[in-house]
Amino acid sequence: MNAVETVKLTKKYKDLTAVDGLDLKIKKGELFALLGVNGAGKTTMIKMLSCIAKPTSGDAFLNGKSIVSQKAEVKSIIAVSPQETAVAPKLTVKENLELMAGVHGFSKEKTSEKTAELSRAFSLSEVMKKPAGKLSGGWQRRLSIAMALICEPEILFLDEPTLGLDVLARGDLWELIRSLKGKITIILTTHYMEEAQALSDRIGIMKGGRLISTGTAEEIKAKAGTENFEEAFVRIVKEEK
Amino acid sequence: MKTMTFSSRVAKEILRDPLNLAFGLGFPVILLLMMTMIQANIPVKIFALENLTPGMAVFGLSFMTLFSATIVAKDRTGSLLLRLYTTPLSAADFIVGYTIPLLPMAVLQCVICYAASVLLGLKVTVNILWAILSVIPAAVFFIALGLLCGSVLTDKQVGGICGALITNLTAFLSGAWFDLELVGGLFKKIAYALPFVHAVETGKAALAGSFGEIMPDMLWVLGYGLVTAALAVFVFLRQMDKQ
Repeated sequence: MNAVETVKLTKKYKDLTAVDGLDLKIKKGELFALLGVNGAGKTTMIKMLSCIAKPTSGDAFLNGKSIVSQKAEVKSIIAVSPQETAVAPKLTVKENLELMAGVHGFSKEKTSEKTAELSRAFSLSEVMKKPAGKLSGGWQRRLSIAMALICEPEILFLDEPTLGLDVLARGDLWELIRSLKGKITIILTTHYMEEAQALSDRIGIMKGGRLISTGTAEEIKAKAGTENFEEAFVRIVKEEK
Repeated sequence: MKTMTFSSRVAKEILRDPLNLAFGLGFPVILLLMMTMIQANIPVKIFALENLTPGMAVFGLSFMTLFSATIVAKDRTGSLLLRLYTTPLSAADFIVGYTIPLLPMAVLQCVICYAASVLLGLKVTVNILWAILSVIPAAVFFIALGLLCGSVLTDKQVGGICGALITNLTAFLSGAWFDLELVGGLFKKIAYALPFVHAVETGKAALAGSFGEIMPDMLWVLGYGLVTAALAVFVFLRQMDKQ
């Protein structure tokens, strides 16, 4: 069964078509990476799928629920870790996790249980009492993903999760993301070729709001006739008018 | 429950900023002390505690605009709101969540202002209670103004507009510092067309026990409060949709 199915999904801002009639199917439990240069439409697509932006036309179904007519139902099964680190800076790490559990209507008992569980899973125990604003970029990203996961989402959107992180912090986050594979459906946007290649089951390449190629990293390389994934990406993007 | 979780977070973010506490609670009290010292040396009617305290209480409320605008603008620019928009929180949860923690803070600030005045010699009467309660419509106005500014401005712009402009407008156009009759003309007309001086007059009437004189002024404040709140809700919702 498909976790995500978009049907001619389109978003226009005045004269600019950010996403242009996009048709895409992502299977349950799959980790799908969206690649593209700046302005390709990746973030707009995530915003539409997470009910933040309204499509100009078309629709998308998340586990069968429409982003146009069933927004509340969609919001109850998704979680987003936005591009910029979205944490409450003066709240401690623990309070940030509790905030997300609370806004999803969890009871006190369930909130403590989930907070403890995520603290263990994300190795946050040493920073639980620290204000989130005082953490390093890597720790803030880690917290940001933990905050997204506390509501037990069926579909998780990770928008540029490792942007601006050093090699070590990026490696740690990759491990975390790998540990989630197969348990939930993940849609990840990234600028890093090696990240898409290392983490995803399938990759979609976007340009000018359109999906110009989809497949596994191997399939994309074969399609472009190159040995190297980065070269394949460049060739596909450059050849597409 | 969801609203309370969100409003508790808003309260924590505001109260954990030492600058907020210093300016919001300390500054009006320091001004009160300074004006009282001037009054002790050069007696001026406007600096008498029964006139000065309602003015300082209203001036203190202008910091509520700064608090609410800053937190909304920071949430917007820091992407936290974007994350929260994807949760089951409704538009009403956001608006109530931002407003609820600031109302008790506004009342507390007013209580501290009157308590300081009592220590400086203001006569203790039950009218102090009515004067404190009479600031609630003005508090709604200032908080809504902050929600409005925070929905359209960046956190840096908020610092300039709400931190400097609104506090100065409140100070000068409320008649808290000088008698508007002395300036007169267009300045006085503008001042009386805005809610600040009416909020101070409401407080003065309540403190003096002249309840018959409260209504014309309080109606101005209530009107501004309701219109600003409606506008703030409209703009906030529009910003949510514009995402």
